[in-house]
Amino acid sequence: MTCEESTRLLPGYFDGELDLVHTLEIEEHVRGCAACSRALEGDRALRSAFTRADLRFAVPARLEKNVRAAVSRAMPKESPSRKNNWQWAFATAAMALFAVLAWRLLPITQQPGPNAMAEEAIANHIRSLMPGHLSDVESTDQHTVKPWFDGRVDFSPPVENFAAQGFPLIGGRLDYLGHRPAAALVYQRRKHYINVFVAPAPGIADGREPRVTSQGYSALAWTRGAMSYWVVSDLNPMELEEFARLLRGER
Amino acid sequence: MEASQNEQFERLILPHLGAAYNLARWLVRNPDDAEDLVQDAMLRAVRFFAGFRGGDARAWLLAIVRNSCFTWLQRHRAAELNEEFDEETHTPTAVQASQEQSALAGEEAGRLRSALEVIPAAFREAVVLREIEGMSYKEIAAVAGVSIGTVMSRLARGRERLRGALAPVAERQAGAKEGAGP
Repeated sequence: MTCEESTRLLPGYFDGELDLVHTLEIEEHVRGCAACSRALEGDRALRSAFTRADLRFAVPARLEKNVRAAVSRAMPKESPSRKNNWQWAFATAAMALFAVLAWRLLPITQQPGPNAMAEEAIANHIRSLMPGHLSDVESTDQHTVKPWFDGRVDFSPPVENFAAQGFPLIGGRLDYLGHRPAAALVYQRRKHYINVFVAPAPGIADGREPRVTSQGYSALAWTRGAMSYWVVSDLNPMELEEFARLLRGER
Repeated sequence: MEASQNEQFERLILPHLGAAYNLARWLVRNPDDAEDLVQDAMLRAVRFFAGFRGGDARAWLLAIVRNSCFTWLQRHRAAELNEEFDEETHTPTAVQASQEQSALAGEEAGRLRSALEVIPAAFREAVVLREIEGMSYKEIAAVAGVSIGTVMSRLARGRERLRGALAPVAERQAGAKEGAGP
């Protein structure tokens, strides 16, 4: 591992966020590199300084009181009258409208573009390969994986096993993409893992995004029926495209 | 159903009021504005709570709080936020100045506090969530709405500045341990 790589990954190593392979590589590099070893020492000293300093600001009692009062005022009351129901329905509709507007207008600058989303999907994929991260529900049975997502996400991801075509389903996982929960389905092709991220995309027209490649991984993305899909793997592009066609039902 | 929603909010979201206030306080660095922003963010949280589908309640709430704070910073201290883009020229001086100030206080906690106050808000956010809240990269990424790689690089750059602020202390300690000479 080069010093440049080690410097980039050092925080991940220090925070215990790296996979085993990179952890071992970093450890080996740090043993022989005075600069990286000093940086690591510095991070350790910094962390213990944080522990000693205790820089957390306590909540002012007045704020806690005000918040509790405001929250119980703002929460819908028990058994409201018919008239109140009406008002609440109206208020809820107004808020929903506000939320939708806020969602559509605000994120123009903040919402990651398709490329950033694909990058994030690739980062999630890499992370999922760390020991114990790949799947929350391990099953090759689509009828086990699909219900597992009920209650975990507010949408129903399409789950299908393509074992017959050489892409067996091996599990599912809850993940985050673009700041929102996404269903992650895990498939396998020989020794390669494929993550399929599915998330609702209300108001997004059907279409495909250009392929993104990064760090030896490819990401394919498309939207269909108000759901967005990202497929990430280190599998060769041709077979990944074949898998994407299966997912899209283009046999 | 409505009553249980109130209970759920109290059970799931209110326990994270402390984390919410701490983050806001570090981002806007002023107790009065932090209080206003948190109160406002909690009401927004109530409004959006119907859309909360379980999962990480703390990250969910903190995402609302940080968005309020960054919107506020954009409106009231845009110059400071923009500083982040040419941080290389501005911030080291600011760290130094704050260090000199806190050198009077002479203690490590004070130096760390003032150094953390002057690093760019995005770095400060990552450091506060990691070192004070103990959140994972994934949780921080969910709060800040950025990729895990971005979280890692923000932490690296934030810590680099903070290490600088602590370095003299660490060196002195090392010197004392070794019983070093001049």
